Parts: sequence; structure tokens; C-alpha cells
Amino acid sequence: MARMGRALLVGGAVIAAGILFASLKLNPYVYFAGYVILQYVVIATAWNILGGYGGYVNFGTPAFFAMGAYTAVFLILSLRPPLFVLIVAGGLVAALLGLGIGYLTLRLRGVFFSIATLALSVVLQTIIVNWEFVGGSRGLSVIRPSEPPFGSYVKFLFAVMVALAVLSVLAARFIEQSWIGRGLAALRDNEEAAECMGVPTLRLKLFATTVSGFLLGVAGAPFPYYVTFIEPNSAFALDYAVNALAMPMIGGTTSWVGPVLGAVLLGSAQQVAIVTISSEMNLFIVGVVLVAFVVLAPEGILGLLRRLRGH
Amino acid sequence: MAGPLLEVDGLVKRFGGFTALNGVTLRVRAGERLGLIGPNGSGKTTLINCVSGVLRADAGRIVFDGADVTALPPHRRTRLGIARSFQIPKPFASMTVLDNLGIPLEYAGHARASQGTASVAEILREIGLEAKAHLQPAGLTQIEMRKLELARAMAARPKLLISDEAMAGLSHAEVDDILAILFRLNAQGITIIMIEHIMRAVMRFSERIVVLDAGERIAEGTPDEIVRNPAVEKAYLGE
Repeated sequence: MARMGRALLVGGAVIAAGILFASLKLNPYVYFAGYVILQYVVIATAWNILGGYGGYVNFGTPAFFAMGAYTAVFLILSLRPPLFVLIVAGGLVAALLGLGIGYLTLRLRGVFFSIATLALSVVLQTIIVNWEFVGGSRGLSVIRPSEPPFGSYVKFLFAVMVALAVLSVLAARFIEQSWIGRGLAALRDNEEAAECMGVPTLRLKLFATTVSGFLLGVAGAPFPYYVTFIEPNSAFALDYAVNALAMPMIGGTTSWVGPVLGAVLLGSAQQVAIVTISSEMNLFIVGVVLVAFVVLAPEGILGLLRRLRGH
Repeated sequence: MAGPLLEVDGLVKRFGGFTALNGVTLRVRAGERLGLIGPNGSGKTTLINCVSGVLRADAGRIVFDGADVTALPPHRRTRLGIARSFQIPKPFASMTVLDNLGIPLEYAGHARASQGTASVAEILREIGLEAKAHLQPAGLTQIEMRKLELARAMAARPKLLISDEAMAGLSHAEVDDILAILFRLNAQGITIIMIEHIMRAVMRFSERIVVLDAGERIAEGTPDEIVRNPAVEKAYLGE
């Protein structure tokens, strides 16, 4: 439990540093880019709880992210509650969706599960495109609340995202090091054997899909306020599906450190590429890096480090 | 004496139009060593898949230790005390041998471990894998892999251990090695069902043998009786 206390302490320190950073007067672009990278820390960490720990590869990340974002849009249009409420509500709706795909795992494994999640994303996008209230295919402008902390809403969102990233990483770390994480690892290695060794595989899978869905929704909820103009193509962007999978793979999927490493490295590289080369380059970078890792270091950076230390 | 540890009554399992088990009935006493034999495709593995819960039977009833487990998922049955090894080893490949045993111990063994913390190291020593505790399964030989299967099942602290062809493909000496382990476990009071094609091993090990053919129980008796049973000979060799 001492380790737990230390983790909370470090988490608190990171949040404090984030708040401090947000009060500095830096180039606004730093916060703008920082937000995206932190958002990817949340997304990669959330994806990894199901994909890395449990071995169920979710290609439908955009569905969960967009559920968070569009739940927020719906609430902004109807009740305009505080951001905190948007985040919790977005998370809960996406968690429900996660619970739903959890039941898919009863019948679908491996690549079939992945295809189903991809299809889910397409279906949900079609629904949103045809739902005029939240902007339909044309999208709609979202007006940010006035008088934000730190004097700028992007700075405020940046600080919020620091906190969300810390909380998701703490949650992932806790799961990984608990009996739940060990059970998920067993079912990832061999589901039938795990079940026969006393692991309640269905319950653990439902837990993983729900928590993973919740965190993906949480990552998406502040998105409307961040972009101020929301439309289906950006909320359901392919980038989320690819990055959510690539970042943990590049960092290493067996530990909470992996997705964080992957998100920070790849996310930063993408942000730099958008500014210096072109905005179209970022997925290209992901593709090349991912292929390189899958071929040369299938266990990611963490695996690479482990191998270097081992020999 | 109380009733049998395991009672299987009129078990039926169909795969589409094929009937793999056709009303199989089986009783196993606590502490017994039971051999389950039969030609390929006779339903041995289907039967133990139904007993361990991997397959749901279409009809019939399974009672274990006084509790009807027919509708329970496998993990609940393991917690009640049914553990199995797999014919084709299914280790947790990303974990060390030690951690492989940690899973059943944590999820099933602790629930019933009366002797305080049931030690994984103890099981490994008993089975002869203590030197490999920190290796991953990929670094094990064929026989060590089989031993890992048994050791992992043992970590669930079972009352009934089902050994599904733990010896297939092993050498003469290795078969004896596994047999000795199973005898030792049985001596500790664990009931064992052995499914095996190696007749020498089944005949030596079993107190009683049940023979399946085409999903039906065709014979039952001591090893001596089974050897002399014409129906068994017919099932194996044809007319």
C-alpha cells in the first residue's frame, strides 16, 4: 500500500505541475498541442486496459471518443452544465457502450471482435450524421463558457486534461497490479485455461470494456469546447482508432508506462510534423513507426529496454 | 460413507447432428483413481469438457461434492474443487512458471486452502519443476510443459484432478515420471480421473476403468476385467 501512496503523491505532483504550467504565459500553441498529447495519453491508456491487459483489440476507439464528445454536445445544448458534469456524463455513456461490446466478447474473439468494434464506430457515426439536434453532418459551433480560469479556455482545458491523464494512468496502474490485472493477463494468454483455473473471464472482460469505454468517453467529453466546432468526421476520425492502437504498441502493452511513453513520443512527433511539414503527415508517421516497431520490436520500447538490460 | 464425489447422470452432448455423448453415467468415489479410455472420437474429452464446464451438456446432470454444478461456468466449478489439465498444454505464455501457478492459487486455491497459504513452491517441488520456476513456458521441454499443466491444476487445490492425456508423446521413463507424480497426489487424498491412450499407464494407475465408445459407456471394471472384456476388444480392434 506504500506504493499506492507514492503513486498518488506523484500523480498529485504532476497535476500541480500542470496547473503551474497552465498559469505561465507561454505561446498559446504550446497548450493547444499539449492538450492533444495529453488527450492521447488518456486514449492510449484507456485502450490498453482492454487491448494490452486483456488482449481484445478495439478498432472502434472513435465510437467511444465521439460518444463522450456528443454526450457533451447534447448536454451543452440542453442544460449547459459545468465541464465536470460533461466529463462524467460522457464517460458514463461511453462506459455503457463499453459494457455492450463486453457482451460481444461472449461470441467474438480475436479479429472478429475487432471487426465488430470497427462496425460499431461506423453505425454510430451514421446515427450522429442523421441527428440534427447535435448538428448532423454539417456540425455546429459550440460556445465556450466565459471567464475561464487561467484567463484562457485552452489553458483551462490543458490543466483539466493533465488531471484526466493522471487519473487514467493511476486507474490503469491500479488495475494492472491488482488481481484484476493478473486475471486479465491470464485470459489474454489463454481464455479457456484462465476460465478453468478459476478466473471469472466474462466478469473481467466486462470490467475491462466498461472501464476502457469510460476513459475513452472522458477523453472525448471536453473535445467540443476544445475545437469549438464539432462535426462527425473530426469526432469519429480514423486518427483515434490508429493512434489508440499504435501508441501502446510502440510503448509496450504490458505495463501502464507503455501507453504513456507511446502517446508522449508519437503525439509530440505528430504535433511537430503538423507544424513543420504538413497536417497530413501525422498518420503517415504513425504508420511508418508502427510498422517498424511491429517488425523490429514487437514488445515496444519497454520490451526493447528489457532486452537491453537482460543482455 | 457419503455419496460419490462426482456423479454424472445421463449426460448428452450433441454437435449439430452428431451425438458425442449419448446418456453417459459415471460415479467417482472420493480418493479414487479412475481411468477413462476409449478409441479416438469416443467422447472422452467431450465428457471431461462437460465435467469441467467448458462445454454445456444438452441433457443430464452433474453433481460434484453434493452440489449440482450442471449450470455453473468453469471458474465456479474450479472453485468448488474440479481442476483439469489440457491435452494440448495451454500455459499462460507471458508469465513465468511461478506466476502460472499464481493464477489458480489466487482465484480458486485460496478459497479452500485450509492449510493457510498454500505454497506454490511446494507444488513445484513436488512435481519437479522448482528449478524452472522463473522461466517462461516457452523455455520448457515437452515433459516440463505437461508437468506445468499438472502443477497449475494442483495450485487450484482441487478435490478432483482430471488429467487429460498428460503423457501422450512422452518417452517410457517420462511416462513413469508423470505416473509417480499422479500416485503421490492421489496418496494425498486427491481423486484423479486419468484419460490416456497409453494402456500400460492406465492399467497400472487405475483402480477402476470406464470405457467409452461412440459416446456410450460400453464397459466398466478393474483393469484385469477390462483387458478380458470382449466388447472393449471389439471397440478397439473391430470385428
